[in-house]
Amino acid sequence: MDDIPPYPPIDPTTFDLIVIGTGLPESIIAAASSTASKSVLHLDPNPFYGSHFSSLPLADLPSFLSSHSTSPSPPRSPSSDDPNEFSLLEFATRPLYSSIDISTFSPNLLDQHSRKFNLDVAGPRVFFCADKSIELLLRTGTNQYMEFKSVDATFVGDNKGNLWSVPDSRAAIFKDKSLGLVEKNKLMRFFKLVQGHLAGEQDIKISEEDLQSPFVDFLNKMGLPPKIKSFILYAIAMADYDQEDTGVCRDLLKTKDGIDQLALYNASIGRFQNASGAFLYPIYGQGELSQAFCRRAAVKGCLYVLRMPVTALLVDKDTGCYKGVRLASGQDIFSQKLILDPTFKVTLPSGSSPPLPLKEKLPFFSLKDDKGKIARGICITKTSLKPDISNFLVVYPPRSLFPEQVTSIRLLQIASNLAVCLPGMFVLYISALCNDDDQGKKLIHAVMNTLLTVPLDSESNAAVQSETAENGSAVQDETSESSSGGPSDSGEEKPTLLWSALYSQELTLGQVDFICSTPMPDGKLNYNDLIDTTFKIFQEIYPGEEFFPETSLENPEGDGDASPET
Amino acid sequence: MHGRPRKAPKPEDEAASSAKAQKLRALQTQFFTFHHNKIYTKEAVELSAKLLEINPESYTAWNYRKLAVEHYLNLPDCNPDSIKSVLDDELRVVENALRQNFKSYGAWHHRKWVLSKGHSSIDNELRLLDKFQKADSRNFHAWNYRRYVAESMKRSEQDELKYAEDMIYTNFSNYSAWHNRSVLLSALFEKKAGGFLLKEKVLPEEYEFIHQAIFTDPDDQSGWFYHLWLLDQTVTTDSPLLASSWPGHGSDVLLVGDRCYNGSAFSPFSALHSDSGSFPIVLYFNQPVGGVNSSTVTVECGFNKNEDLFWKPLSASNSQTARVWVAHLKVPSSDLHSTVEVSVGHSKGIISTRGFVYSHPSMFSFKVHVQPMERDSSQVSVAENISLREENFKVYGTQSEESIIDSFDQLIIKNGHETTASNWRFEALAKEIECFRELLSLVDCKIGKLTLARLLKAYDAMSYPFANKLVHSEEVLELYSDLMKLDPTHYQFYKDEHSIVLLQKVTSSKESLLQHCFQYKDSASSAICDPICLRLNNLSLSRMGAFEKLLWVQMLDLSHNELQSIEGLEAMQLLSCLSLRNNKLRSLTALEPLRKLKSLRILDISYNQIGDQSIDTTSIGSRNSKMNQKLL
Repeated sequence: MDDIPPYPPIDPTTFDLIVIGTGLPESIIAAASSTASKSVLHLDPNPFYGSHFSSLPLADLPSFLSSHSTSPSPPRSPSSDDPNEFSLLEFATRPLYSSIDISTFSPNLLDQHSRKFNLDVAGPRVFFCADKSIELLLRTGTNQYMEFKSVDATFVGDNKGNLWSVPDSRAAIFKDKSLGLVEKNKLMRFFKLVQGHLAGEQDIKISEEDLQSPFVDFLNKMGLPPKIKSFILYAIAMADYDQEDTGVCRDLLKTKDGIDQLALYNASIGRFQNASGAFLYPIYGQGELSQAFCRRAAVKGCLYVLRMPVTALLVDKDTGCYKGVRLASGQDIFSQKLILDPTFKVTLPSGSSPPLPLKEKLPFFSLKDDKGKIARGICITKTSLKPDISNFLVVYPPRSLFPEQVTSIRLLQIASNLAVCLPGMFVLYISALCNDDDQGKKLIHAVMNTLLTVPLDSESNAAVQSETAENGSAVQDETSESSSGGPSDSGEEKPTLLWSALYSQELTLGQVDFICSTPMPDGKLNYNDLIDTTFKIFQEIYPGEEFFPETSLENPEGDGDASPET
Repeated sequence: MHGRPRKAPKPEDEAASSAKAQKLRALQTQFFTFHHNKIYTKEAVELSAKLLEINPESYTAWNYRKLAVEHYLNLPDCNPDSIKSVLDDELRVVENALRQNFKSYGAWHHRKWVLSKGHSSIDNELRLLDKFQKADSRNFHAWNYRRYVAESMKRSEQDELKYAEDMIYTNFSNYSAWHNRSVLLSALFEKKAGGFLLKEKVLPEEYEFIHQAIFTDPDDQSGWFYHLWLLDQTVTTDSPLLASSWPGHGSDVLLVGDRCYNGSAFSPFSALHSDSGSFPIVLYFNQPVGGVNSSTVTVECGFNKNEDLFWKPLSASNSQTARVWVAHLKVPSSDLHSTVEVSVGHSKGIISTRGFVYSHPSMFSFKVHVQPMERDSSQVSVAENISLREENFKVYGTQSEESIIDSFDQLIIKNGHETTASNWRFEALAKEIECFRELLSLVDCKIGKLTLARLLKAYDAMSYPFANKLVHSEEVLELYSDLMKLDPTHYQFYKDEHSIVLLQKVTSSKESLLQHCFQYKDSASSAICDPICLRLNNLSLSRMGAFEKLLWVQMLDLSHNELQSIEGLEAMQLLSCLSLRNNKLRSLTALEPLRKLKSLRILDISYNQIGDQSIDTTSIGSRNSKMNQKLL
């Protein structure tokens, strides 16, 4: 992004809305606003769609992460000498990723085929077949731009490397080999109770008092044994924090929410005929989703310009109101509303007092991250973690790997049949909520050590151990790595790590104002919360407008004349 | 198709269907013209195909096509290619008809017929079936046809077993798949195929498998059906056995010409009045058998020749199979003391209705003492008027207890050879009992209770020859009482089961049986002997049972019960006096078993409900109870 090619000027110069960044929330807002007949300019400094929600080639991922890991540069020049009637407020980037740690154990193989990889920046993530994102895709016709495959199963892992299948349906309970007869009966009865409750059957209604109590208390009341409780809480309801330790739990699930999660899971299984499990994953990676909404927006007239950094915010000198943005090309573009990628923040020139209205709004710009961080890891292997099955989710419930583990760790294995890696390879996405980088690393490493053989030759062991952002110091060819598997605890051959990227990501929330900031990818497995936030932002900027009205389906256009690439 | 609610037809649907009917009528008329005139031209055959595509249930059209095929196959210029093309056409028509209605009996049958011609590839059939079974995995037509195809292809039972298992794993609420599993396993047991040699190895695994379904969803019935089949496989011995006889082994039979006998050494259990100069020999098997005759059962005695004996089955349906068989042995009318030896099954020929041969020959012997009629007392006998009034009964005294002990043990036949080989059956049942006790501790489940009752009953029956008591009968009775309250719809079924268990309990020990034995003594009677009356009155019985222990009974009081049927009573060949007073018998048809009781002289059927209902529901009632048994 250092050498920006010369840009043709953008015409027109005034829009209803300018959206900066093509992450998922921005893309959905661009599409929704375009659908509501607003004129929208959608910009992205990157040469690709998706921003923090993108799927990137192997070689591009480290540079993307590190470009967002530096502290903001000080304002380049005071802006007060601008000749016209606007004040300029400089944009700066916010550090969003830290402790980036890239390890390569097979440079030959991976470097040559970098473009064969589509690695999700915000993994692991899946669609529940019945969740809001799927509804939104279907309702808006955006599904025509994407293809999905089923994630075939969910497992719960333990510290010995075992993966236990999650009995998530009647047939799965019947088939399960690890549950005892009594456990099967209790679990199925619990499912029936929930189904009956959801179906509104009078005699099996769950009381309001129970609905408001913690879900874990309700499960105890139902007499469910610890193993099943853990399955339900962490592998079906996808709770993040240890629900039985109120000291550390930041997301104590109420029964009502737990039941909603079960309902979502239950509605997801069997919704689509060719999806055997509850989840879907898009071919070519999660980045496709943002791109699909961009295409949807483009069909509705949204104007797209990639590789276009924005340098400053234009503010009315007198009123302090937002007027527009100055592009890297030097062009000024004006709009009534602005949506900002969480990458950016506006810095005030030192010494100068900001215009009054803006000053009042400023607190909203400081995107506080009291939610902590999320540790993410991407691993590439040549063998599946489990034979005979390639796409699946693994959940490590709190304290399943080590006593201090207070959050769930989720792992998603995606195979080459989803076009995210070289044929015969597998991509593992791992994530866990954490308070700081060290804690995060410990969580991700705990999973990697349990499931993978990490090559630790004398010549190439620096990377994983030192937790620095060293890149490419590991030199090892393919032939030696397959033999270096070594004896593992379980006696079985664990997959050998070929490449890994570990990093911590800030969990910034979206901010709503006359300039709105979108949120970073959250710590959830699906997009439900992000879509809720996006909807709120849209309502804030266009209170009178419907969010993708039903009528938008009546005019399903092909992607012939107005693809977002133009 | 399962699980799809029926919708009320809309007006336009009705219009469409009447238009369809119009078209169908026209087609049909034309078709019948062709059919009656035996016209098998291309057009005529095509017309029948059109008809069948609209209405696959048209049997006449299928038959017409069969005639047409025969017609073509008999043409002089017929060659293998033309045969194949004709038959392929048939398969295509069937497939189209099945698409219209894949539960059409006629279509599936026609397909079988075409394949039986032997010119078509059977491999295609499995592919077709896969399609149909994917569309509806519980379609029993498809499963039926699948068995036919698998057999024609000589596909191994193991392969088919795997297929059924896959279907069960997809959705275990599949009666057809479980049923097919039972059919396949039965076939393997019969073949004694490798690995399936022993039920004792396979059945425990099957129990383990079905537990997964039952515990996961006790409300689903398909699993229970399979469990019932397993229980049956566990309990039933293949080969039929002789359960009891009259006279019992080692007993003394006293035949007297009048109502009295002297000689108190004889037990009243085996003293018999006989006018006809003969007495019955009753064989009671543990399951219905056929082939009982003078060559399969030989009777050796000093006074009669075996050949004269005519063995008669005693069953309600007049079939040639029955659990109970009787023959009348003539005795000379002079003083006689003789030993009779009865050998059963030493030459093959007795076969159970399931086709298993009676393979454990047994022999029993008894002594006959004939005391000829005394002329002068015959008048008393004729004038005798028995009245089953309370004051006429006395608790059976202890004076003859010695002889009763002997008699009681003679009531049943112990089959030692069978029980030694059945340890695994005990283990299987004990495990099941434990398992279902656990299930019932988790959920209140009617069918679970019924199954536990069945298991306990089966366990008791199996262990009775060793334990000489029914350990669980109280618990079983409680379970059935409980079920009557929980599930009023099937009240009668539970009541019947309850009655039978109660009777088994009563007859299970000498002590309990004695409590129901009374000495009949009519003050007005001049008879010096006191016959024994078995009083099973006021027990709230709805059915009779435990006949194998009651073959000796001559006087039976069943009054003040709730009997609607006396099915099985025909086994009690010695009955001469029977009270059915105050019961719920609804028709004369219900009394049918009495026709077989040749010794019956006194019958009280007062205070029943005969004629209360204009429609005779007896046979319907008994069919219902059979259906209930199936449904449960």
